[in-house]
Amino acid sequence: MERILFGDNQFFGINHMSEEKARSQAMRFQDIENIVEVLQAALHAGAGGFMCTTHDTIEKIADRVRANPKEWEGFTFYPGMPYAHKYANAVTELGYFDALRKFLPKEGLVDTMLRGGMAVLNRDIEGMMKLLVDAEMKMFRDLHTPVIFLQNVVTDLIQGLGVVDAFRVFSEHCNKRYNAEAGFITMNLPKLLPMLHEAGIENPIVCANVNKIAFRMSGGVEGYREATAQYPARVIAMSVLASGGIRPREAIEWVVNEPYVESILFGASSRANIINTVELIREYDMVGGRSAA
Amino acid sequence: MSVNVAVVGLGKMGISHLAIANALAQFNVTAICDTSEIVGNILQKYTKLPFVSDFEEVTSQPGLEAVIIATPTTMHDWMARKAIEKGLHVFCEKPLTISSAVSRDLANSAQSKGLVTQVGYHNRFIGTFREVKRLLDAGAIGKVSHVQGEAYGPVVLKPTKPTWRGKAGAGGGCLYDYAAHPLNLINWYFGEPEACSGAMLKSGFSSEVDDEVYAALGFANGVTGQISVNWSDHSVRKMTTRITIWGTAGRIYADRQEIQVFLTGNAPIPEGYKEGWTVNYITDLTPPVSFYLRGEEYSAQLEAFGNAIAEGEGSRENSFFSAAETDATIEMIRASAETTGSVGSFGAERLAPRKSGFVGRLMGR
Repeated sequence: MERILFGDNQFFGINHMSEEKARSQAMRFQDIENIVEVLQAALHAGAGGFMCTTHDTIEKIADRVRANPKEWEGFTFYPGMPYAHKYANAVTELGYFDALRKFLPKEGLVDTMLRGGMAVLNRDIEGMMKLLVDAEMKMFRDLHTPVIFLQNVVTDLIQGLGVVDAFRVFSEHCNKRYNAEAGFITMNLPKLLPMLHEAGIENPIVCANVNKIAFRMSGGVEGYREATAQYPARVIAMSVLASGGIRPREAIEWVVNEPYVESILFGASSRANIINTVELIREYDMVGGRSAA
Repeated sequence: MSVNVAVVGLGKMGISHLAIANALAQFNVTAICDTSEIVGNILQKYTKLPFVSDFEEVTSQPGLEAVIIATPTTMHDWMARKAIEKGLHVFCEKPLTISSAVSRDLANSAQSKGLVTQVGYHNRFIGTFREVKRLLDAGAIGKVSHVQGEAYGPVVLKPTKPTWRGKAGAGGGCLYDYAAHPLNLINWYFGEPEACSGAMLKSGFSSEVDDEVYAALGFANGVTGQISVNWSDHSVRKMTTRITIWGTAGRIYADRQEIQVFLTGNAPIPEGYKEGWTVNYITDLTPPVSFYLRGEEYSAQLEAFGNAIAEGEGSRENSFFSAAETDATIEMIRASAETTGSVGSFGAERLAPRKSGFVGRLMGR
């Protein structure tokens, strides 16, 4: 996994600080050329690992990459699924079963289920999970995806419900079907690690908020340190700047020195900001004696 | 000490509450309940939590202390009543019932038995909206003149076969489902309105219920308010709630992310603020929760419910009494729309017809 990963929130009108800023970004990035330009800037700055949702727009980016592999050499998709609002809105609008019908392949399980009665569903929830993963992964066909992430809403929902087995099913499916490792985005890292251990997933890839002011770090900084000491994990730090709550230099200096942090995920909309952030990470990595990735 | 709780209604909100309650130290989930055996059995199989399809049976379980009710709105009334009769503390999804009189009756029954009640108006647990309350209580913007409450979201974006949320008389529609949120915030800040006029309940995509809600409200002390809510807004990614308040000594704007405050200096300036603009972000206003799912507020409200039960001093934020104010506000808006406003199509022609004046008549209009 790359030391530096690039995220996609800025492309989809997601900004944890300001709705105004989010909207102006949504306007700018509705033109896919503007996304491509930023992704190229990230690739050339050394942040070519792209952690993205399975938003429809990403499919168009994937098409670009497939069409011109040379231009995108060194660029790697790290998909995170599902794009949860798509499902949540559908469930509100349609109810569980019609929402499932909407997202599962027509010829697939749902029709069997509707014909064969609900008993089928109960027996084959694993099969259904896999079909949903496959439906989301379609947009990355023929592309190498070394890690496939479960978005935090789903990871944490499963965690809260205590369905340990679901993590194992997801992990095995990523391995077998996509030759990929499973990754888990979470807002509750200290509680998740023992559960992944219980599911038989050792030294997992986990992406969580890690920042100096402990913004949205359930369990706090100490909780993270203790949990990772007991259950080793490859942690990807996100929300490093705490949505702008910390100055970049101070934020990066702190995060590179958290021993459990393997990679740093960040998002930016301009070439200058991308280069600045990458340089800061490299600078403090050098200070800390870590070789540049 | 953890509270033995059953989660009733396993739709989107019910499952979210279940996951949070199951993760919080405040609760011990002893049963899950839903009329759908399929959903219940699947959840029982994977979560190992006992599923009971009959509400009566769940509420009779020995040792049960509280219920979380997240069923369609029309069921809240009898379920809450039954739970209160059995001496259970009740957390209920919003809106509480479709009758403020019924809601107040439930609130009184629970209070007389010393039970904790709470309704899922989670916005009151969001740091920015809470800060608005603090500023108003401190008189930071002087005498308040006007409040605008808005909510927009992409729920109903095309004509579809309705679930209960889209059925008339079932507590569905944008007014009950969406407008309830900004209304509840306005109730928190200014109490129950004394008047409502010019309400419009407009249906675009939904055949049986409203998709848009607009109304003017009047409060004690001359505060006026307007509400503008639309759950058929394609342009937003998810529900967006906003409050803007104007006063003689400033203006406050708040959404989930930030609070922007303009103060003239003609009223005492609270600590951390200054004359002119002060902007504070959710990053500074949000206390951490022990388990995070979808937003701190969802965990914070359940933590508060559990803590209130443990401390045994009755209801705190979002009690049934407080939620009844929102139910009453909803009733006023409905009544206004039916008498002087407009209900139904997008057609603007039925809005108060223009009466030709003297000049108009002369000119033949």
